[in-house]
Parts: sequence; C-alpha cells; structure tokens
Amino acid sequence: MNQTTAATTPVNAKVSINPVATPSILKRCLSVFAAGPVKPGESYGAPGQGKSLAISLFTTALLIGLWYIATYFQWVKPLFLPSPGAVVMRFWEVATEGFANATLLEHTGWSMMRVFSAFLLALVTAVPIGIFMGVNRIARGIFDPIIEFYRPLPPLAYLPLVIIWLGIGEVSKIVLIYLAIFAPMALSARAGVKSVAMEQIHAAYSMGASRWQVIRQIILINALPEILTGMRIGIGFGWTTLVAAEMVAAQAGLGFMVLNAAEFLVTDIVIMGIIVIGIIAYLFDMLMRYLEKKLVPWKGR
Amino acid sequence: MSRLQIRDVSVLYPGVNGGEAVTALSGINFNIEPGEFVVALGASGCGKTTLLNLMAGFIQPSEGYLTLGESSIAGLPRVACGLDLKDQISGPGKDRGVVFQKHALLPWLNVLENAAFGLKLQGVGESERKARAAEYLKLVGLEDFHNHPVYQLSGGMQQRVGIARALTNDPQMLLLDEPLGALDALTREVLQELLLDVWLETKKMMFFITHSVEEALFMASRLIIMSPRPGRITHEFPLEFNKIFLENRDARKVKSMPEFIAMREKVLGIIHGDEAAGGGLH
Ligand SMILES: Nc1ncnc2c1ncn2[C@@H]1O[C@H](COP(=O)(O)OP(=O)(O)O)[C@@H](O)[C@H]1O
Ligand SMILES: [Mg+2]
Repeated sequence: MNQTTAATTPVNAKVSINPVATPSILKRCLSVFAAGPVKPGESYGAPGQGKSLAISLFTTALLIGLWYIATYFQWVKPLFLPSPGAVVMRFWEVATEGFANATLLEHTGWSMMRVFSAFLLALVTAVPIGIFMGVNRIARGIFDPIIEFYRPLPPLAYLPLVIIWLGIGEVSKIVLIYLAIFAPMALSARAGVKSVAMEQIHAAYSMGASRWQVIRQIILINALPEILTGMRIGIGFGWTTLVAAEMVAAQAGLGFMVLNAAEFLVTDIVIMGIIVIGIIAYLFDMLMRYLEKKLVPWKGR
Repeated sequence: MSRLQIRDVSVLYPGVNGGEAVTALSGINFNIEPGEFVVALGASGCGKTTLLNLMAGFIQPSEGYLTLGESSIAGLPRVACGLDLKDQISGPGKDRGVVFQKHALLPWLNVLENAAFGLKLQGVGESERKARAAEYLKLVGLEDFHNHPVYQLSGGMQQRVGIARALTNDPQMLLLDEPLGALDALTREVLQELLLDVWLETKKMMFFITHSVEEALFMASRLIIMSPRPGRITHEFPLEFNKIFLENRDARKVKSMPEFIAMREKVLGIIHGDEAAGGGLH
C-alpha cells in the first residue's frame, strides 16, 4: 500500500505523506482490538469493560502460530510436540480408519453417551435434591454433609471404590461422571432457591398464594438462572472426569483413546483427542449460554 | 366495611448472633377505620416495617393480636379462647394488598402478567384476569405498557405496577412500606398524587410508611408518629391536607399553606426531640 502511494505521488510530496500514512494504517489495524464504543462513566467505572473477541481470536492464532513455528524449526522433538499438520492428519486418519478398534466418531459417540447420560441423570436428581435442600431444612440436614464431604475429593480417589461396587462396565463409568456433576448442580439449585427476594415471597402470600404456589411460581422460577449456571458448571466437571472414567476397561471413548495413545507414545493422537474434547465441551457451553439468554433474559437485572 | 384492630401488640426479636433481644414494638393499640389513610412516620429502626408485617400477617406478635373485621390476622384473640384458634388465624391474605419499596415484581412476567398475577394464583381465567388487571393498569397510567418487561421500566413505573398488582385482588386495604422511598423527588410527587387519587377512587383503607415528614403530612388523614427502643406510637394527628389537595388539585399550594408549614415544624420538633432524648436515626 505504502509503496504504491509513494510511486504515484510527486517527489516533493513523498516526504510528507509516508510518515502520516504508516501510523494511520497501523492504527487502523490495531483498532480491531479496541474496546468498542465508549460508554459514559467508563474511564472511572468498573474495570474490564469493552469487547474482547478480537483479542481472543488473536491469542488463539498466535498460539497456533507459535506451535507451528516451534515444530517447523524442530525446537521440540515431534515425540513431545507433533506439528499441527501431523495432528490434523491424525485427525483425518482416526476419523476414517480408526484407532484402537474404533473410529473417531465411535470414540466421540461413546464419550458423549457417557457424559450426557451422567448429565441427564444428574439433571433429574441433583436439581430436585438441591431445590429440596433449599426449601426444606430436613432435606438440607440429610444431604449437606454427604455432598460437602465427597465434593472436594478427586474422582480418582473414589474410582476404585466405584469399580469394586459396580464392576468395570458402563455403569461405573457413568456413575463416576455423575458423581462429579451432581455436587455442583445440587449446590447451584440450592443457592438459586436461597437467592429469592423475601419481598417476592411476601407479595405472593399477600395475593393469596398457597405455600406450594409460592414454591412453584416464585422460588423455582427465581432459581432458574442459577440452575442453568449449575448445569454449565456441571457438564464442565463431567468432561473433566471423562478421562478418569475411561481409565479402566473401556473399549472406546475419547479419554480411552488419549490414554491408549499415550501408552504407545502416539503424541499426535493425544493432542488431537484433547482438542476434540475441548471443542465439544466448548460448543456445549455456547449452547448453554444461548439457552440462558433465551430462557432467563432477566438474569442480573 | 370492616376495621383493622391492633390490640396490646408487642414484638420481641431474639438477638442476632447472641446479641441482645430487640423490643421492636411495645404496647401498640390502634385501629384503622374504613376509608382512612393512615401514615406511619418515624426514624429507621422504630418498628414501622415490623408493624406493617404484622398487619400483613407475615409475622406473629409476641403479645397481643390483630383482627380485620371478624377474622384474626395474627396473634390470639383473647375473647376466642377455647375455640380452635389455629383455624381462625389467617396470616397473609388477599384482603390486604402489600406494596414494597422494591424487588417485589416478577421479572419473568411482563407488566400485564405481573398485575394479573394475584388473580392467576386464585385460578381466574386468562381473559378475565387480564381484563381486570388492565383496568387497574389504566388507573395507574400504564395502559400503554402492557407488554413491557418489568425490568426495563423506570423505578417509578415499577412502583405503579406494584400498586396496580396489589389493587387487582380488590383487597380491603393497602399496606405500603416506603413505596416511594427509592424514587427521585419529582417522580415521588407524581406518585403521591396518584396514590391519593387511587384512594379517592377505591375508598380503600391505606397504611402508608414513610420517613419524609412532608410526604406524611400531605398523604395522611391520620398521622401516627413512632419512636424507637422500644418501638411505640408517641403521637397521633388527624389531618386534612390530602382532602384539600383532592379538592384544589394543587400540591404546591397545599404544601405551602401556613397550616402545613406549622404542622411540619411541629412534627420535626417531635422527631428531633426523640432524637435528643436518645432515640436517634440510624
Ligand atoms: N428479623 C429481625 N430480627 C431481629 N431484629 C430485627 C428483625 N427485623 C427488624 N429488627 C429490628 O427491629 C427494629 C425495628 O425494625 P423495623 O421494623 O425494620 O424498623 P423500620 O421499618 O422502622 O426501620 C430494628 O431495631 C431492627 O434492627
Ligand atoms: Mg422499614
């Protein structure tokens, strides 16, 4: 751009145009990262306002670029860090030919089946129990110590016990993931119930509501935003626990695929598996955020 | 029409975190007659909200009782000893509408649905309840806002919805706990006039809490002044400024009448006297 400008400009004007043109183009490029239109009170308002998408895209591209350069110049051995190209090729290979007796689709299918079964199971148990803990002191008394005790334990710590009790089949895998999802979902539902304003409850009673109507039409709907947040956090824990769940006696699954590849030092499949898990989890999180916007537009107002 | 009676009521809150117990109200005796606009005035902490919560049936008194007409709201009517008292205590009910300072609307419902919520609780059909809610929304000047989400309304409009919602049940009385306390001065004056119009229109008993002396004098047909520790009623004044306003429709003129100003000084004197005597604002 600069060169063409310079070439078509009279000689005496050259000096004055170039220094001006360069920073303005640079500025225009950098403006992609700008925070967006200024809102009143921003400079002395809450820190961290403004857009961040462009910065995120830039960071992602930068990391992939660094990865590419590092492998291209062989700074790291492919055994430790295979190139992006190798990982993409592995992706294609496992997708079409398979790895460890299953194609990528099958691995993904099994893992999603496990995570989503556990998630649905948690949804129909943890949310009601959490709500029950919020509205009933006896339920709170019963479940609080149980949940608070096992919640901080790493799933790997109770995996052996789950296997001793439930065997090495599908059930123990789903139960392990289920347990990881259960606690955050129940606690969020409970917090949601507690977050209701006393004025809303009083207003409903003074309009002739029964206790049951107050619970169903005020408290439950009020808890919805936090229940949805709990679902988001819960499914995240589910993916976190997946690899642990597929450690023992799995025939297929993304976690199994990663572990199996690691055993044979096929690092590109390890990285590919990690990326696939990450992308699925991320897509589901976006879906949950979309649901949140649709279902609880009043959240935070 | 039936009157609200409060007899020998006291309320003792247990101390929070092992602190001392608080006598929020002590020896409260008074009635609200049909058609009265009673305003309770006093510094924070003198038990105004506690008194309103008793009337609404949200809490029980430690001593004494409250009745509305023939039915008991809270506490045990001594005359009724020997009967199955539990059945007679109604607690909160749709004969007493409550308007709060804020946070009481349901953000997932629009303006019309909020106003119709009480009727929905009672199982009134959709078209009827919406028609009835629309009537009261018109009364508070919100006929053009039926489909707005309530969280997008200004504070003043939200309070209008709150008032319409409380009225839609056609209660015998309205209980208003500092309903204008969070509004700016101009909106506040507009809503003061609106509430007086609602009162004139519906003839309901009103119990209105404020800590603005001017507001109290302007709105009340009877003013009760409360003082803290223990919360009790120290003064009562019958007033007519609201009636004068409803005749001449000129709020500024009413508020600058010599009688109004004299009364304001007197009430301020009483409140500051309380403060000097160890009551004090929080
Ligand atoms: N739930 C409660 N538990 C303990 N003390 C309370 C409670 N509610 C109010 N109080 C105390 O009772 C007194 C009266 O409170 P309140 O009725 O809210 O006064 P007001 O509405 O006039 O400001 C205050 O001293 C307050 O701290
Ligand atoms: Mg109060």
